[in-house]
Amino acid sequence: MDAIQQKSVQNKIDQLANKKVYVHLETTNGAYASHFDENAYNVGAFIRNAEVSYQHGKIVSTGGSYRVGLKLDLGWVYAEGLTDYEIDNKDRLLMAGHDREGRLMVALEISETPFSHGADPDE
Amino acid sequence: MKRLFHTGLILMSNENIVVIFPHPDDESFGASGTISKFREEGHPVTYLCGTLGEMGRNMGNPVFANRETLSSFRKKELNEAAKQLDIDVEFLGYRDKTLEFEPRDQVAAHLREKIESLHATIVITHYPGYAVHPDHDALGAAVVAAVQGIEETKRPQVWMHAISNDHASHLGDPDIVYDVRPYWEQKLAAIKAHLSQADGMMSLIENHDQASEQLERLKTERFYKYIFN
Repeated sequence: MDAIQQKSVQNKIDQLANKKVYVHLETTNGAYASHFDENAYNVGAFIRNAEVSYQHGKIVSTGGSYRVGLKLDLGWVYAEGLTDYEIDNKDRLLMAGHDREGRLMVALEISETPFSHGADPDE
Repeated sequence: MKRLFHTGLILMSNENIVVIFPHPDDESFGASGTISKFREEGHPVTYLCGTLGEMGRNMGNPVFANRETLSSFRKKELNEAAKQLDIDVEFLGYRDKTLEFEPRDQVAAHLREKIESLHATIVITHYPGYAVHPDHDALGAAVVAAVQGIEETKRPQVWMHAISNDHASHLGDPDIVYDVRPYWEQKLAAIKAHLSQADGMMSLIENHDQASEQLERLKTERFYKYIFN
C-alpha cells in the first residue's frame, strides 16, 4: 500500500459509481485492547461483501488522513482515518488507516467481484 | 525456576502431540518451547491451525500486507515457523474472528475426527474462558468437547494455555510448567518467522528489554490439564 493520493482514489471511486460493487468495511482496535490496558475497550466491526451500488462518492482530506463517503439509494457507506491505498491486481480499491506501528485501524475496500469469504487455504 | 517435567509419564511411551490453536503464530508465542522439547525427544507434533489469521491487525512494520493479502503472508509465515520447529501443519479452514459463531458441535466433530486420526496422546489448546481472544476461547471449548466425546480409554490428555490477566487468581497454579530457556533459540526463530506479526515482540527482544514482563513471560510455558469426569 502507498500513502493515499487523493486524485487517484477519487478517480477510482468515480469509476465504480453506479455499478454493483462489493464492500469490505472494518474498524478494530484489536482483540487484546482491554487485556493490555484494563481501561480500554474492545471495539470493532466489520462487514464483508456487502453488495451495494452507490450514486456518487467522495474522498476528503483532513490533513493527516482521509474520510470517504459513498451515497447509496437508501443510505451511506462511511470511513474515517484512511491513510493508505492500493489498486490491486484484481482492480479493487483497497484503503486502510494504520497507526504508528503499522497496525490496521480501519479499512474500506471496494470491488466489482466478491472478496474471498472462506478461509480459502489454497488461495 | 522449578521444572516440573513428568519424566516418567512423557518418556515411557511414544507421545503424539497435537497442537490446536486458531491463528498462525499462537503456536510460536504460546507453545514453541514445549513443542521443541517434544521434538527433541522424538515425539511427532502436528499443528492444527484453525484460521489463516486473515483479520489480523498487524500488517508488518513497515506495512507490507493488506487485508486481502494478509492470509497468504500468514500461511507462508506459519509454514516457515513449522520448518523451524520441525512439525507438521494442517489448516482447519475456519475464518479469523468467526469461530465462536460456528456451531460448537460441528467444530468439535471436525476436531474429534482429526484428533483420532492423528492418534493424539496429548492435545495442547487454549483454556476456554481464560484465553482473551474469542477465537482462542471458542476453539479451546470445541477441543474439550471433541475429546470429551472420545471413549475414555482412548482419550488424549488436554493441556490448556491460559492468557487472561485473572487466570492465576481463578485457576491457581498450572499443572505443567516448563522453563523453555533451553529452547529459546528455536522459540525465537519460530516467532521471527511470523514477520507480519512479530514486530512488537522482536523489538522488545532486540532492545534486550529483559525487564519486560511480556518478554519474561515467554520464557516459561504453563498449561492446565483438563479433568474429564
